[in-house]
Amino acid sequence: MARHIPWILIAIVGAVALAMVALSRGEAVNALWIVVAAVSSFLVAYRYYALYIARHVMRLDPARPTPAIRRADGMDYVATDRTVLFGHHFAAIAGAGPLVGPVLAAQMGYLPGTLWIIAGVVLAGAVQDFMVLFISMRRDGKSLGELIRMEMGQVAGTIALFGAFMIMVIILAVLALIVVKALAESPWGMFTVAATVPLAIFMGVYTRWIRPGRIGEVSVLGLVGLLAAIVYGQSIAQSPFWGPAFTFTPVQLCWILIGYGAVASVLPVWLLLAPRDYLSTFLKIGAIAALAIGIVIMAPPLKMHAVTQFVDGGGPVWSGGLFPFLFITIACGAVSGFHALIASGTTPKLIASEGDARIIGYGAMLMEAFVAIMALVGASILDPGIYFTMNSPAAVIGTDAASAAAAVTSMGFPISSDLILQTAKDVGEHSIISRAGGAPTLAVAMAEIFSHVVGGPAMKAFWYHFAILFEALFILTAVDAGTRAGRFMLQDLIALAVPGFKDTTSPIPGFVATGLCVAAWGFFLHQGVTDPLGGVNTLWPVFGISNQMLAAIALMLATAVLFRMKRDRYAWVTMAPTAWLLICTVSAGWLKLFSADAKVGFLAHAAKFSEAAGRGEVLAPAKSMAEMEKIVFNDRTDAALCAIFLAVVLSLLFFTIRTCLAARRTDRPTAQEIPAAMATAE
Amino acid sequence: MSAFLTRLRQIARAMVGAPDYDAYLRHMREHHPGTSPLSETQLFRERQEARYGGKNGGKCC
Repeated sequence: MARHIPWILIAIVGAVALAMVALSRGEAVNALWIVVAAVSSFLVAYRYYALYIARHVMRLDPARPTPAIRRADGMDYVATDRTVLFGHHFAAIAGAGPLVGPVLAAQMGYLPGTLWIIAGVVLAGAVQDFMVLFISMRRDGKSLGELIRMEMGQVAGTIALFGAFMIMVIILAVLALIVVKALAESPWGMFTVAATVPLAIFMGVYTRWIRPGRIGEVSVLGLVGLLAAIVYGQSIAQSPFWGPAFTFTPVQLCWILIGYGAVASVLPVWLLLAPRDYLSTFLKIGAIAALAIGIVIMAPPLKMHAVTQFVDGGGPVWSGGLFPFLFITIACGAVSGFHALIASGTTPKLIASEGDARIIGYGAMLMEAFVAIMALVGASILDPGIYFTMNSPAAVIGTDAASAAAAVTSMGFPISSDLILQTAKDVGEHSIISRAGGAPTLAVAMAEIFSHVVGGPAMKAFWYHFAILFEALFILTAVDAGTRAGRFMLQDLIALAVPGFKDTTSPIPGFVATGLCVAAWGFFLHQGVTDPLGGVNTLWPVFGISNQMLAAIALMLATAVLFRMKRDRYAWVTMAPTAWLLICTVSAGWLKLFSADAKVGFLAHAAKFSEAAGRGEVLAPAKSMAEMEKIVFNDRTDAALCAIFLAVVLSLLFFTIRTCLAARRTDRPTAQEIPAAMATAE
Repeated sequence: MSAFLTRLRQIARAMVGAPDYDAYLRHMREHHPGTSPLSETQLFRERQEARYGGKNGGKCC
């Protein structure tokens, strides 16, 4: 009993903190209460729930050889110390998602997002990562698609592979859109991001030829270059010649990004991708650590309301009510299907002992949820007036400070036009109005926190551009790496119809697949950028739905495997989160398709605009008949995409049920694990 | 302190998928004593290509 006492104390502290966050009304709550509530919940969940899963559901056996032992080759399969592997795994799962989703979710207040991140990660997100790692680890580190094929059949595996490719396309489009929103009309930001290209090429040449493999020293050189670019960027932005030369409209940036993606993804990896990944990974980990320290030192009060009136829907940042849309807006951070691809990627090939799976699978995801909590705190310490000024579409609040101040004040979040102008000036931007996408909002919050700790108000503009640069840098790395990964997925898919398309000796299939992949995400990016409603509004829900559906698919695989292991009585561990994710994503997908509310349903919106066009009317925010037609076309494309995702997830549900029923009919385990006896070294 | 710094260096390198050359040499010595191992530079380049070539599914959003 005595060993439980510290944990009971942690649980009590967490409960008190959660009560402070949830019940306090009228006076500002300190952000640290959220942090304390989250950290204590995570610790208790790790100590008890993750241990329960490890011991009873999975029955992990530290004596059983892992792929890294069984197939040790010194390259792909290397038994790795668990703290080292934790770093590897966390760096791979933590991206822009957990930073952006919670910022967008703050339009409903900080409370709903906080509760969903804490409950979601403990019961769904971390369980998914942990289960997929377990399943892959028992099968030589096979990938998610192969695992589904092994346990649920060929057809299910192919459907899942197709779904994963579509999700990849949407992710790349959304990430690129965030970069466009952050860099449009911002010469300072654009210059610093552009400067990373020659900087990375220099680093690439250095690690290739001058001092091969010296990642540490080249990263220090790169960091010095980056800081110089941020400092120098201010003068560039103010220069009468260079300022306009680095000022781009969103449409120009969209084409620049598409061209960049196409070229970057066929260059040798050592030249641009690898060195930029070094920079962005270390910058990301550093920025996350600095943010955590900054929040603890500053201990800022939360200015956002606990719950805003937008829980019923009708919010300006994204449409729809709390259920189901909050649960798809915060995707990464609470539960992210994309992690299933990482947990069945390199990590299971590096894990040294089954006993390490809990800290790697469950623990790293808790850490990511902590990052999401910090992003939510960041958005919530800003004046809500600033938050809604930055995140509402121009169609709602106009494009100048006076109209924005009036519109946001009338929403119930009083703000003066002076404060809007002053905030823009503080962070060195022309304007902060309608800079949707989450990244600029988080950058303002980070500037607030960092300048409180280092440098004071004079450093705000520097920290703002530092934050924008750090977000843009890893998004661009993801666009490059994602295009390459998407290309191979597409080659696998096309090879099903055209054998020989996987051929790696001829460059043509590779170029064709790369071109198709860039064209696919470029299409949605262009649609988002030219969307008169502001693309984040439209694309983020589609991304959230697809990502959570992939999570549901991964959890369904886990459920099928538990049934095939004859551990039905423990299958509730994965069935409960699967059910919740299916309820959320299917109803969100359904509403996005068929809701009669034109603000929510794509088809209703298309009908409204096409009827108006039929009468020869032009509805705002469209300005011409051509724009009207574009809106209708975009709506129908997005609707088709939602329908595809629904079809993918429902067909996999069918295969899962079939697999589970078949497993129930036999009296022995049918899961295709590598048997423990065979698992000894060859 | 130096053990701590070594560990920190290993974690940082693992975050970007860079190989641990000592571990590779140990593996080659134990399992393939007759063959000559790759040089540190060769291994670094081989691993860089393997990590970023795209077949590993890339990174997360």
